[in-house]
Amino acid sequence: MKHSTTLVAGLLAALISTSSLAAPESQDPIKITTHDWTGQIVNSTILGKLLQKAGYNVEYVQADYIAQFAGLETGDLHVATEIWETTGREAMDAAVATGKVVNMGEGGMQAIEEWWYPAYMEEVCPGLPDWKALNDCASEFATAETAPLGRYLGGPVTWGGFDDERVKALEMDFEVVHAGTDAALFAELESAYQRKAPIVLWLYEPHWAPAKFEGSFIKFPPYSAECYQDPSVGINPNAAYDCGKPTGPIWKVSWAGLEDKWPGAAKIIKDYTLTNADMGALVTKVDLDGVSIDAAADEWIAANEAAWSKWLAQ
Amino acid sequence: MNALIRFFRAPWTFWIALLLITWTLSTWSFPLYKALDARWIIRFPSQLQVPLDVWLTAFFKWLQNDADLFFFTFRDLTRFLSSLIEWPYDQVRALMADGFESGQGSNAVEIAPPLSWIAVIFILIALGRYARDWWLAALVGGCFVYLAVFGQWDSAMVTLSSVIIAVPIGVALGLGIGILTYRLPWFDRLIRPILDLMQTVPVFAYLVPVLVLFGFGPVAALIATLIYATPPMVRIASLALKSVPTEVVEAGRIVGCTERQMMWRVLVPSAMPTLMVGVNQVIMLTLNMVIIASMIGAGGLGFDVLSALRRLDIGGGIEAGVAIVVMAIALDRLSQAFVRRPPSAILPANLGTLRRHPWLVTTLVVVVVTYLLGLFLPAVQSYPAALTLTTGTFWSDAMEWININYFDTFEAVKSFFLTVLLLPVKRFFSGIPWAWGIIAMGLAAWRVGGWRLGLMAALMTTFIAASGFWAKAMITIYLCGVSVLIAYAIGVPLGIWAGQNTRVNSVVGAIMDTLQTLPSFVYLIPVVMLFRVGDFSAMIAIVLYALAPAVRYAAHGIRSIDPQMIEAGLVSGCTPRQLLWRVKLPLAAPSLLLGLNQTIMLALSMLVITALVGTRDLGQEVYIALTKADTGHGIVAGLCVAFIAIIADRILTALSKSSKQRVEAA
Repeated sequence: MKHSTTLVAGLLAALISTSSLAAPESQDPIKITTHDWTGQIVNSTILGKLLQKAGYNVEYVQADYIAQFAGLETGDLHVATEIWETTGREAMDAAVATGKVVNMGEGGMQAIEEWWYPAYMEEVCPGLPDWKALNDCASEFATAETAPLGRYLGGPVTWGGFDDERVKALEMDFEVVHAGTDAALFAELESAYQRKAPIVLWLYEPHWAPAKFEGSFIKFPPYSAECYQDPSVGINPNAAYDCGKPTGPIWKVSWAGLEDKWPGAAKIIKDYTLTNADMGALVTKVDLDGVSIDAAADEWIAANEAAWSKWLAQ
Repeated sequence: MNALIRFFRAPWTFWIALLLITWTLSTWSFPLYKALDARWIIRFPSQLQVPLDVWLTAFFKWLQNDADLFFFTFRDLTRFLSSLIEWPYDQVRALMADGFESGQGSNAVEIAPPLSWIAVIFILIALGRYARDWWLAALVGGCFVYLAVFGQWDSAMVTLSSVIIAVPIGVALGLGIGILTYRLPWFDRLIRPILDLMQTVPVFAYLVPVLVLFGFGPVAALIATLIYATPPMVRIASLALKSVPTEVVEAGRIVGCTERQMMWRVLVPSAMPTLMVGVNQVIMLTLNMVIIASMIGAGGLGFDVLSALRRLDIGGGIEAGVAIVVMAIALDRLSQAFVRRPPSAILPANLGTLRRHPWLVTTLVVVVVTYLLGLFLPAVQSYPAALTLTTGTFWSDAMEWININYFDTFEAVKSFFLTVLLLPVKRFFSGIPWAWGIIAMGLAAWRVGGWRLGLMAALMTTFIAASGFWAKAMITIYLCGVSVLIAYAIGVPLGIWAGQNTRVNSVVGAIMDTLQTLPSFVYLIPVVMLFRVGDFSAMIAIVLYALAPAVRYAAHGIRSIDPQMIEAGLVSGCTPRQLLWRVKLPLAAPSLLLGLNQTIMLALSMLVITALVGTRDLGQEVYIALTKADTGHGIVAGLCVAFIAIIADRILTALSKSSKQRVEAA
């Protein structure tokens, strides 16, 4: 029995490798991490399927977004597909500094994070999406707890973002209330959207929310590094953070030993990219239309052969 | 003059004085600091702060990377332990959910499928019939049919596999440590505070070191579950062994038992019914952990709940959440039935295997037949997807309807509670200067439980102040305090009602079971939709979760009153009202206090979950530490939560002891 299974496994492996484009190195599984949001899982699944096409063995391991760095350092985990400049930079830098984790370059998507309002608020506050127009109708966004100031629902404290500083620097009549998780953030948005009630909150892209709900990001004075560091730059000469938030790439990282063990796979991982528009469409398909993650990944692979055949060809 | 002296001697004068001083200091602490320009009044001086979190982080770094035990590193040891658990876990999971495979990762080839759904349901029905009767069999079977029909089967089997592995390990460990505490009194004293910490330090606080030491994946989640779920088993085992009647032990001595025979042939069998209560607790706590375990790779139903709610799929969250409840109820009823099961009659050996073990044989036959059939018929192997039911958008639509029609009403209720109750209490607690907080805590504990308790409370409060978490700790006490007050005000009357009326009892009992096992995340999201992010939403979540012990202990207290006492009350002409207030409540007081104790414990254990809706308390600190992988910070904040819990527990235990003495004296 045992012999026959190894035989079958061997035959299958042979079949896979003959159909693949590059000769695989080690047949140990490459462990790709998955987190608890759809976009990242789809992203990891596509990369995994491409690596399989090239003849590599792949395993998906569910791991926490930040805690995974400990596993990437020890070599328990091998690849992470989405480290956001905006939320994961510190942890990534700390891990890269140990020498045991390497940055595999940009993942192609740009993270956008900013204040966001639903489209129906444009009737109430003419002049949106300009931030001054928002400030002029701050009282529209007030609640019992924050009146007379408007209520702005910020992200979890751990996301940073300097919203408290921004409100002070731009002298806005808003109070920042922090949600604990993004689930709470979207629950409030859904509730307000159903009632067509005023709301302004932290949203980010790529995500299904901007696809499901109609609305726009507020336009703040454009971000610059000087604006964050130098108080004299920007509208308010005495305060930093008197501008909008930076956009940033989403990085791929891997265990440092990956390049030695699977050099071909490392090349594919470095080349692999996905655009914001692709990701938006994929996430919408899965979260709003109920397509399975596997099927959505297969659809993308079928439609984008031109792109990935180049990555696999090297 | 005499009246004045009596006034100062009266027991409650102390409490009124303490409250008045605290209130005055709390109200005037800020102006005082401004007037004297003494910032230390409201803030613990930062140069005196102990950088314990930095030391702890460094210690864990060392433990993870460098700790060397001569022949191997510390991490080798923990990895070895985790491989010991991983092997049986993999087998069980293959049998229940994934099927047996050869090879690794995507190269793996399935050799044999998992047990078919029909076989699993049949095994459970047989167990139900064996443990009690057909009613139980129907209940347990029905619960698992729900899992199949609502399409939760695969995830449920993953969760069930971790229960199957975690529960025996937790029980064996708990029993082993319990036996040690029974044999060695010094070990008992040593382990008690450790058990307190294991139960009260939030799991998030030690998640990161567990992940690094035990590796990523389901095993780390199992270890975290065991840390949380084992302590009650230790406590119950120790209690059960100690309360074996001395006559039984004597009898064992007389017939000449050795030490080992005494333990396994005399003590453990006589303590079995109480030990099974511990088993039941381990099962329930394991299921309580599924959400947190799924955050670090356990998968299963917990992951379904989390990911459904992240896409705001309320119906999906409820279906997966109810699946956890249903599984908890089935396992709970089964394990309780095993406790109460009368010993089976011994049948003569010449009957043949079939006649002696009819259930075992039938079950084996069904398992084998369905397994073979499953190889050819997919519908036997796994429940056909076309026949699954779903509530679809029903729950989301219902939520939308409530939201559109009643939001304003809810908003009014919320504003009322905020202005009348929450904000004044918050102001009171956040105003208390830390120095007075330490003194007041020490005085209160001393008054209730003597100088030792007073000293301990003062030291623990000093720890909280010195680690720089004073303000967050006060917010914690305010939020938990208000929630416990409300939960208790709702729960005790409900419990009293249920205690006097069996029909009410069964309904209330079912609701409490559901509230305790339904992952709080499931109702947290709708609560946020109706009440927005903030303290009020957090309070509702805590109240819902902490209600159960208040109800259960009150009902238990009322039910366990000696009927003769009630008879005596009736004979002496009590009205029902007098009977309740003068006879039943005083007699049930120890039980009520125990219920209060448990309500506080559950409220504190909800802190980390409420941090997910944006409270600014110790729970948030623990959560921030987790998301930044800052081990030391998380553990120190977790210790602060634990100390608050321990102080509350000790004070209430002292109170309940004295009230028990009063009841017995009466």
